[in-house]
Amino acid sequence: MAEPPRKGARIAIAGLSRMFEGPRGSVQALTGIDLSIAPGEFLCIVGPSGCGKSTLLRILAGLDRQTSGKVSIDAAGWAVTNAMVFQESGLFPWMSVEQNVGFGLMTRGMPATERAPRVEAAMRLVGLTQFRHHFPHQLSGGMRQRGAIARAFVTDPAVLLMDEPFAALDAQNRTILQEELVRIWETTGKTVVYITHSIDEALFLGDRAAIMTAHPGRIKEIIDIPFPHPRNLMELSVTPSFGTLKLKIWRVLEDEVNRARASEDAA
Amino acid sequence: MSSSEAARQVRQERLLYLLSPIGLLLLWEIAIRAGLGDRRFVPAPSDIAERFYLLCASGELPWDTVVTLWRIVAGFLLGAIPGVALGLWMAMWRGVRIIVDPLIAALFPIPKLALMPLILLAFGFGETSKVVVVAIGAFFPVIVNAYAGAANIEKIYIDVARNYGASSRIMFTRVVFFGALPLIFAGLRVALAISFIIGTAAEFVAAKSGIGYLIWSSWELLQVDAMFVGIVTIGILGVITSTLFLEIERKVIPWKAP
Repeated sequence: MAEPPRKGARIAIAGLSRMFEGPRGSVQALTGIDLSIAPGEFLCIVGPSGCGKSTLLRILAGLDRQTSGKVSIDAAGWAVTNAMVFQESGLFPWMSVEQNVGFGLMTRGMPATERAPRVEAAMRLVGLTQFRHHFPHQLSGGMRQRGAIARAFVTDPAVLLMDEPFAALDAQNRTILQEELVRIWETTGKTVVYITHSIDEALFLGDRAAIMTAHPGRIKEIIDIPFPHPRNLMELSVTPSFGTLKLKIWRVLEDEVNRARASEDAA
Repeated sequence: MSSSEAARQVRQERLLYLLSPIGLLLLWEIAIRAGLGDRRFVPAPSDIAERFYLLCASGELPWDTVVTLWRIVAGFLLGAIPGVALGLWMAMWRGVRIIVDPLIAALFPIPKLALMPLILLAFGFGETSKVVVVAIGAFFPVIVNAYAGAANIEKIYIDVARNYGASSRIMFTRVVFFGALPLIFAGLRVALAISFIIGTAAEFVAAKSGIGYLIWSSWELLQVDAMFVGIVTIGILGVITSTLFLEIERKVIPWKAP
């Protein structure tokens, strides 16, 4: 076995807020977000749609900027700070699987001869080596999402940002890919921020779950998920402690969902 | 249904497609031979075929075809290449768009043949004037489509490129260009058809060679069968080039589902 993996980045978010200027005035998408994520932690952010969780991830990815507050990502010793896996794979339709996977290395000026073995390893990691010359439209949804994961891992980022990456997949494919992701994460030690609206998914994957609520988007509660690794997702899902924790998170979310509906009815 | 059976059915259908044009030509032939219509003004298909053969044998038609094709292809390239480049630049840089957009709005609707006298004044009666008028006609549909293609690339591809550290050069050459390619090709196809229309029409008035000239001079000499030969030749050239073009498009955009 190789040396123990170095740990991913430490993330600290303090007093972060994000306002959007809309046609009907400004909308407070995120407010008062305080969050610290340990190196190598797998953090799930759970919340209803419209709670601003994607906006938070985009700010961490450098694709959006906060209106106020501070974000620091301490990725000393890592060449690449973060890589994002999007909800729809976002593989470029005009590139082969191989070219897509190598994209983040090409943009950083790595010569093709140096890229090849890393791309090869990343494709092997997700089981896409036979499909290297295929175009994305020739692949199934699950395979495309695997390609997107390989594209992120190949750059060896300190933080992996994932925005509901398996939401569009069927249940079987989702379970298989969740297990693969956990396996890869366990061996690489990266910090992962994973967005989902599924409580089950958060409990399968995360070390902690940050529960977000909408209007304005904020973090209501952070819950520890104490299940030991490696996890077997199917076995885990039938344990009593899994059910207890699931109910606990649901209670937190339920209030919010009801409150949001009540305020919509009043409006 | 087996795939060979499906292929057979497709072939059968293609043959059936020929039925109505051939039937029409036959009816036409019979009507003229039966004395319906004045053969001097409305020649029979056999008259046109005979004239087609004579014009080919004399070398006149092949030469006119070469001349016209050269003008159309040269003009098409001269208009399309800057059209693609400028259209992509418009999408990448706001400054370029602000300068170019109003010019397109003002110049696109002008019938390009209305510029022919000006172009003759500027470039003389030589080959350049014909190439230039075709180029102007080809330029506009290409620039408009290239811009639309690049400006409407799905946002996720831009996000991915930015998140994965693409420089603006890589963004342009590996993402925006390819993302715009399907619409660029749509623009090029329109431009090719326009090049044919403008190219032959320019030859009516401002040339002493080419298929357009053949059609126009035949009218002046009342050689109606030669006029038809010119028209049919343009049609055939149009079919050949657009088939060729589709083939190129399939090669260049292999990711586009067939």
